[in-house]
Amino acid sequence: MRKIDTKTIENKIYEMALHAGVNLTPSCTAALENACENESGAAAKFGLETILKNARTANEMQMPVCQDTGMAVIIMEIGQEVCLEGKLLQKAVDDGVCRAYADGYFRKSVCDPITRANTGDNTPAVLHTEIVAGDKIKITYLPKGFGSENMSRLYMLKPAQGVEGIISSIVETVRLAGSRPCPPVYVGVGIGGSFDTCAFLAKKAIARDVGTQNPREDIAGIEREALKRINELNIGCQGFHGDATALGVSCEWAPTHIAGLPVAVNIQCHCVRCEKEVI
Amino acid sequence: MKKLTLPLSSKDIMGLTAGESVLLSGVILTARDCAHKRIFEYIKEGKQLPFEIKGSIIYYAGPCPAKPGMASGSCGPTTSARMDSFAPALLDMGLCGMIGKGEMSNEVREAIKRNTGVYFAAIGGAGAIYGNAIKKSECIAFADLLSEAVYRLEVEDFPAVVAYDCKGNSIY
Repeated sequence: MRKIDTKTIENKIYEMALHAGVNLTPSCTAALENACENESGAAAKFGLETILKNARTANEMQMPVCQDTGMAVIIMEIGQEVCLEGKLLQKAVDDGVCRAYADGYFRKSVCDPITRANTGDNTPAVLHTEIVAGDKIKITYLPKGFGSENMSRLYMLKPAQGVEGIISSIVETVRLAGSRPCPPVYVGVGIGGSFDTCAFLAKKAIARDVGTQNPREDIAGIEREALKRINELNIGCQGFHGDATALGVSCEWAPTHIAGLPVAVNIQCHCVRCEKEVI
Repeated sequence: MKKLTLPLSSKDIMGLTAGESVLLSGVILTARDCAHKRIFEYIKEGKQLPFEIKGSIIYYAGPCPAKPGMASGSCGPTTSARMDSFAPALLDMGLCGMIGKGEMSNEVREAIKRNTGVYFAAIGGAGAIYGNAIKKSECIAFADLLSEAVYRLEVEDFPAVVAYDCKGNSIY
């Protein structure tokens, strides 16, 4: 067994959170640059230029790229040969998030769902753990803004709706979101599994680098076709009409029940912030 | 790009067309979900609001805390549609306009037309640029709401696009 003190995880989360808050992922920046270069809509191009300038400003001044520094979503793949020691894992993660949001001058955006009282330190973080082979811990850190999260949807399709049903659901979600989630968006899609795992697959999909494709050719085909149809919607950057409504579509899948075809569509805004580290 | 100084006159507003880019300088007030709820509780109870609605421009935003030496932290717009149910009544009370991101309801568009108001779209996700356009920031109401409190911001060359003009046109 490899022993890992959760203090090591806390410190890693702290570093990842600080970096994520002020930097877009390189794949997101590349996709935005490409979209800006090819944009034919004047107002949409102004929007894309502003977004790229903003990313440079945020990096130079070390200030949050977006004021919605998000809910901290962490996916932790823990090798089953790892033995965790020290404080409770959730507490370690929350302590890392709490320190980063204070030291980074990030907005604290987590509140009670009923009273709406702010928890004051952006905790608790959303922590997903998966037990995998090996003696390492792979951490994915994704601060998720809610302008885009609010526009996400979950469909319980009939098996007969098949691939066309999946693609229509993805495109419909982006169409209904319109200008509100900060397009151009990055669309994460979960296909299959159960009601709950399907939504988690969609979240995992947006943790993938923009522009990557699913190794399964039929799934990659869904990604390409959905992206094509989304960009035909002409919503464009900020809803100002243009060629780039989405930067990419990523699908993740899991086996499902013979009676169902769950499809979850998780919308990520153009500020894709995601860090990956291995301990 | 057209430069506008706040507060806007009726003449300024009537000269704006949906789709045009502008740079705003002057005073704006932040208010988002919780602040709007609070404002309407005050109105319902007949209590005096701690700031003037008439002639003001509300910015749908909740800033990050300011770093030492800076007036504001990152401060881009939030999704305006969540304030759809509040905006028409405020416009009827004399609110000059709003700044936010994304479409608002037809009722809001009608209220803008009826009151010769305006809705500006700021570029969502450009928080650092907007934070730097803020030269002074002061919490003037509902401090307990933290980032959702009402802040009085003095902005300089704040980039925005006219989303709904007073003639009923829309960029969306």
